[in-house]
Amino acid sequence: MSEDNGTVDTNIKIEKTQYLLKKYGIVLVLILLIIVISILSPTFLTPNNIFNVLTQVSIFGIMSLGMTLVITSRGIELSVGSVLALSGVLAASFGQLATATDKFYPNLGALPIIIPIVVALLVGVICGGINGLLIAKTGIPAFIATLGMQTIARGLALIYTGGKPISNLTPQLKFFGGKVFGVIPVPVIIYTIVIIITWILLNNTRFGKNVYAIGGNINAAQVSGVNVSKNLVMIYAYCGLLAGLAAIVFAGRTGSVHPGAAVGYESTAIAATTIGGTSHSGGISTIWGAVIGALILGVLRNGLTLLGVPAYWQQVTEGVIIVVAVVIDMRKNSKKR
Amino acid sequence: MDKDKYLLQMKNVVKNFPGVKALKGVDFNVEYGEIHALIGENGAGKSTLMKCLLGIYPPTLGDIYFQGRLIENYTTADALNMGISMIHQELNPILYRSLMENVWLGREPLNKFGFIDHKKMYDMTKELFERIEFKEDPMTLAANLTVAKQQLLEIAKAVSYDAKLIIMDEPTSALPGKEVEQLFKIMRMLKKQGKSIIYISHKLDEILEITDKVTVLRDGEFIGTDNTENMDIDKIIKMMVGRDIGEIFQKTPCEIGDSFLEVKNLSKDKFFKDVSFTVKRGEIFGIAGLVGSGRTEIIESIFGIRSYDSGEIIINGEKVVINSPTQAIEKRMAFLTEDRRMTGIFPMLDVEFNITLANIVKYQNKYKLLNYKCLKEDCNKFIDAIRIKTPSPKHKIENLSGGNQQKVLVAKWLLTQPDILFLDEPTRGIDVGAKSEIHKLISMLAGQGKCIIMVSSELPEVMGMSDRIMVVHEGRVTGILKNNENVTQELLMQYATGTNETLSMSE
Repeated sequence: MSEDNGTVDTNIKIEKTQYLLKKYGIVLVLILLIIVISILSPTFLTPNNIFNVLTQVSIFGIMSLGMTLVITSRGIELSVGSVLALSGVLAASFGQLATATDKFYPNLGALPIIIPIVVALLVGVICGGINGLLIAKTGIPAFIATLGMQTIARGLALIYTGGKPISNLTPQLKFFGGKVFGVIPVPVIIYTIVIIITWILLNNTRFGKNVYAIGGNINAAQVSGVNVSKNLVMIYAYCGLLAGLAAIVFAGRTGSVHPGAAVGYESTAIAATTIGGTSHSGGISTIWGAVIGALILGVLRNGLTLLGVPAYWQQVTEGVIIVVAVVIDMRKNSKKR
Repeated sequence: MDKDKYLLQMKNVVKNFPGVKALKGVDFNVEYGEIHALIGENGAGKSTLMKCLLGIYPPTLGDIYFQGRLIENYTTADALNMGISMIHQELNPILYRSLMENVWLGREPLNKFGFIDHKKMYDMTKELFERIEFKEDPMTLAANLTVAKQQLLEIAKAVSYDAKLIIMDEPTSALPGKEVEQLFKIMRMLKKQGKSIIYISHKLDEILEITDKVTVLRDGEFIGTDNTENMDIDKIIKMMVGRDIGEIFQKTPCEIGDSFLEVKNLSKDKFFKDVSFTVKRGEIFGIAGLVGSGRTEIIESIFGIRSYDSGEIIINGEKVVINSPTQAIEKRMAFLTEDRRMTGIFPMLDVEFNITLANIVKYQNKYKLLNYKCLKEDCNKFIDAIRIKTPSPKHKIENLSGGNQQKVLVAKWLLTQPDILFLDEPTRGIDVGAKSEIHKLISMLAGQGKCIIMVSSELPEVMGMSDRIMVVHEGRVTGILKNNENVTQELLMQYATGTNETLSMSE
């Protein structure tokens, strides 16, 4: 009897360890990565470099939070990179120095900072909202709707600017890419705030539950009284909003926005979300996972650079990691075979 | 001697699934050139038997002889090559490909360079179609065929495999009368060519018309085989039903209140027509009917899952318009759907989520954030109250047993405090213990003055639980009966098969 209990206890222990490993394995990967890289490259763990990594992570990190909602609802969003560029050039055109020689609107004085910010967020929400409406009302796959938006938004950005970058931005706008107290990068602060907001949104609101319901079983969601169309629009609008926010940070950091900027950022955002354990079959995700996923990508990129791996090889490595992450994820979530 | 007589012999076939005995020793013999009906209620074991025959899974016990040879350990592809073809109820031709490509899919004739020989494929198809008098050009797209002709396409495919035994599963369920005749003509022709057909159908008049022999299954048991000429509808029904009603939990009598839900002349083009009924508070209103009779569609339309063309829905004296489940829930309706996996559970999410989703509004505080404390309390309360067996509220629902999943869904709807509760097959696929617990729960809810509308394929369940029973046949109400000792399974079956309409509308 007692022996039986003993084996049962060990079994439970093993199961528990396996469970924890499955659940937090991704954190372990990040820690291992950090250890290995800091051994190989002493500069990695310097405060300067850490903040540098975090700042780099912030932009696609913010986008990957919106992406988490989209993928949780069993969708995909391919237009966030282009939407960032469109929001970015529009915001930048209203955020140039009064004295700039290359002014987009030559007769416009310096506008209050709120204008470019509202413009960027609004453009993001509108693009995302259109994606959501298309998906909800016409029933076309999210892949197609957002692929269309990817090209459209990029095209509009190029039309608006005539293909030229917009630079000489105001210090107020550049603040969003700068630092406070001389050390803490503003992008990191913004990222942190968005993490908290998105976490609350996903876990503590009706909207969040609906996101999981739609991704988990869209038919059951409908029967349970979830307004699927409305929620889909909201999901993509939020994702667009965060692309707009990322655009502000992007503009602040680079000090100039090119209409061809942020190409491929959607892949990075999707990658971060996926590595973080968000299931493309819908209904499964965590916000902290998306954050860890983004950090893993950031640390990896930084580490590979520090170790002198050529940029092209970095891309190859990143691709391999994404695919491996999804394979592991699918094995984790599929029924025991 | 037997070996020469029978094309197919299935001897003492037993099939066990974990926890369920699906077939309990079935004998099934088909002669050469015979049309043999296989009938029984839902869950009687017809499909299990056919799946064993087709090699989808092997029987636990028993032997299968085909053309006198013992066959075992074979795949569906092997079965096809031996000459066993099945025409499924749900046809799925490749719509935007030609008929000939549909017929020869995966075994296209090739020329000497290894490319597809379209000329040869065309000729082969033409010859094939002529043999079964199927007058279509092989180049026509499958999408242009009516359902009846898609049926014929499937038959053509079966013949092209040189099938000796063709299994037809409810082939006429989607066919208008004239096309049924055409199908029968072809069946007779195939029979004349020495082919045998296993005919699965709920339509008893058709069975009497076309088949030579009838085999009846009930609850996985072999009830009997007889020549069709010795049978009549009453006799078949008697063989199909006859389950013991004593095992079913009976509704506890309670006070029946005023009329609450009233449905007037509800119609939806091909699904149902002129459906009218009222349900009172405290009443369990059973809806019986065969699969495809429109019983599910009726209640889904009331709940806003589907639309309806005309008719009125009146709740508590007030006419209401419901276009979506969201609106139905606002009107205090709840709907336990038939297909747990498709429209019920969120499989990879936890019990807590599944219980609270439909009622999540209730837990919003003034900042629109969720109050998890309340939510968890309610959740635990229900898990205890209706005894859901789960290690914790955070356990994934897909890891629970069917009965417990069903209880979670019941809990979800009870949490919305509905006045009207639709239950579509509330105890399908769950074990006996859980079944009676759900029945107790339903009875208790009626006792609280709720209106309960229960659709079920299981007649004993309908008869055990309902105060009144509405029977639907091909989208029409053939009777609304007060449930008393005069109501028998045979009687309900007569209404459900449309063979007894003179008695209809007794209330």
